[in-house]
Amino acid sequence: MKTLAELMAIKEATVQKMTVREDTGDDAIRVVVGMATCGIAAGARPVLNAFVDEVAKRNLKGVTVSQTGCIGMCQYEPIVEVIQPGKDKVTYVKMTADKVAKVVNDHIVNGNPVVEYTVK
Amino acid sequence: MYRSHVLVCGGTGCTSSNSQAIIETLEAQIAEKGLSEEIKVIRTGCFGLCALGPIMIVYPEGSFYSQVKVEDIPEIVEEHLLKGRIVTRLLYDETVTPDEIKSLNDTKFYAKQERVALRNCGVIDPENIDEYIAYDGYQALAKCLTEYTPEQVIQIVKDSGLRGRGGGGFPTGLKWSFTAANAADQKYVVCNADEGDPGAFMDRSVLEGDPHCIIEAMAICGYATGATEGYVYVRAEYPIAVARLQIAIDQAKEYGLLGKNIFDSGFDFDLHIRLGAGAFVCGEETALMTSIEGNRGEPRPRPPYPAVKGLFGKPTTENNVETFANIPQIILKGADWFASMGTEKSKGTKVFALGGKINNTGLVEVPMGTTLREVIDEIGGGIPNGKKFKAAQTGGPSGGCIPASLMDTPIDYDNLTAIGCMMGSGGLIVMDEDNCMVDIAKFFLDFTVDESCGKCTPCRVGTKRLREMLEKITDGKATLEDLDKLEELCYYIKENSLCGLGQTAPNPVLATLKFFREEYIAHIVDKTCPAGVCKKLVKYEIVADACKGCTLCSRKCPVGAISGTVKNPHTIDTNKCIKCGVCIDSCKFGAIIKK
Repeated sequence: MKTLAELMAIKEATVQKMTVREDTGDDAIRVVVGMATCGIAAGARPVLNAFVDEVAKRNLKGVTVSQTGCIGMCQYEPIVEVIQPGKDKVTYVKMTADKVAKVVNDHIVNGNPVVEYTVK
Repeated sequence: MYRSHVLVCGGTGCTSSNSQAIIETLEAQIAEKGLSEEIKVIRTGCFGLCALGPIMIVYPEGSFYSQVKVEDIPEIVEEHLLKGRIVTRLLYDETVTPDEIKSLNDTKFYAKQERVALRNCGVIDPENIDEYIAYDGYQALAKCLTEYTPEQVIQIVKDSGLRGRGGGGFPTGLKWSFTAANAADQKYVVCNADEGDPGAFMDRSVLEGDPHCIIEAMAICGYATGATEGYVYVRAEYPIAVARLQIAIDQAKEYGLLGKNIFDSGFDFDLHIRLGAGAFVCGEETALMTSIEGNRGEPRPRPPYPAVKGLFGKPTTENNVETFANIPQIILKGADWFASMGTEKSKGTKVFALGGKINNTGLVEVPMGTTLREVIDEIGGGIPNGKKFKAAQTGGPSGGCIPASLMDTPIDYDNLTAIGCMMGSGGLIVMDEDNCMVDIAKFFLDFTVDESCGKCTPCRVGTKRLREMLEKITDGKATLEDLDKLEELCYYIKENSLCGLGQTAPNPVLATLKFFREEYIAHIVDKTCPAGVCKKLVKYEIVADACKGCTLCSRKCPVGAISGTVKNPHTIDTNKCIKCGVCIDSCKFGAIIKK
């Protein structure tokens, strides 16, 4: 180790891998993926992982991705809810891994829910 | 990228309650469910709440599971990790309220704590240098080497007010400046991790949970004092600490954070581990250095002090693990930040190992000046089974005790010395009404008699005589004259012993005499042990009115000392009774009492 810059580079890279352990507090945007049997059967796992990867790739702070049980509309699974403090909950249905990037970009980053993916 | 991190405590406490098997089962189950790419299992250091181990935290939810068993793992994997349903029955009670699940930091155990020395314990993976770096690791070393002169570093440590955490309380910055002032071709830094007090595990937990911070601090100390080599003297009974420290040293060498020309500053520093065989005297700095040199661990007279003539005859700085653990934070956050915590003459925080008759056995770190009442009642969760607090033993065999009447004393170096006690290294053993203070004093004397190295007579012979006198008291054979002799011998040993072991060995006797003299008198004059501990002074009796004559006790008694017929009150033959207590435990009517 010869410079502080080298040390800080390692720090940055590792911090990014550890964001999941951060205490994001009450203002965090929560992305919740329905992972009951119905969700898993409909393909929720790849959706969940796509969210985790996308959030990491963009190095977004204050966003947690977690799972939940059955939301109750099994025919619309995989269901994803985006919960932002002070705003209405947005529910996306029949999600796929391909749709994730758009939700992250339009909704989480820019604040415009992707209406076409929500429940009709 | 892992979507979830599962942190499992791998400290000695949780390891002995099977956390290793939990980690293995967890990894196997995760693999079986095909989640290995999504969930990462990390073995950390001590979380502090050892009483409720093994402990597990699942992120991002931050769910705090306590007393996890191997059988619980399939449920945690299936429900929580796969389906995202938190297994509430396994959550730490304090975090669960009818309406919500509280954050760990809001629980009583953690709310009053201030974690400086323990900041990374239970937070990072101690075997991964990158995680330490992510939590600002090695930045303090970089700052010292690139921005400060050695004199500036010493000044910061002086200004912080940090004092030695091993028990002595000597100002750390001053100690460093002594070594720095002595010119020599070779100087050394020594870390004292020979934690030998019964009931103390602060240093072990830091080494297990955050070994890199000790490496970083020792390198900083080396730079400040002009030393290029360091030794960590750690007892062989701490295998997990030794293994993690070795891994950490290897990683630091690989990254060039130990070795030649660190941060291109021209500063070289190398670190070695020396294992101690578990002799208590080797916690004394001169005996420790004699042991590192390869000789029998015996103290040598001071002066010359280690700062002049220490390890291998060279100027040496020796500090305790916890003292070092504070250094990187002091450098990064500044002396003022550190000095803002604590009391006028005792700055910062202190780690205590809570043990004995207390609900939350474990490791706590509080600002200096916190009262014993706060530590025991609030953080420690009080005394089990509704018993009354009697005293807390601090500083182990070298320390004293704090009685209930002084529970509101703010804990710092000077207050404890003023009441005839000492801070010690941080072992805090809580005693309730069932503990006999004479017996406690005898217990610690047993320890010092065993651990005296034998080099000087006052300690070798004196402690043995002292122990014999205590035994005479607990046997009910002593006179009041013996009590005076006991006290006199205590002062003689204190004044004439060569090293700290002998000089402090009579402290448990003196402290209990000071606060619990009436218990000594009861043993001597009334020939009774008020707490009912000292076997020779205790008599077992059956209360005839309460006895139903069920015969259970007479069947259980191993020596046939209880006689009587069915449905008639029984009696105990005190000549035959060996006072084992089996009858009391077996009696369903509470008819048997100790007198």
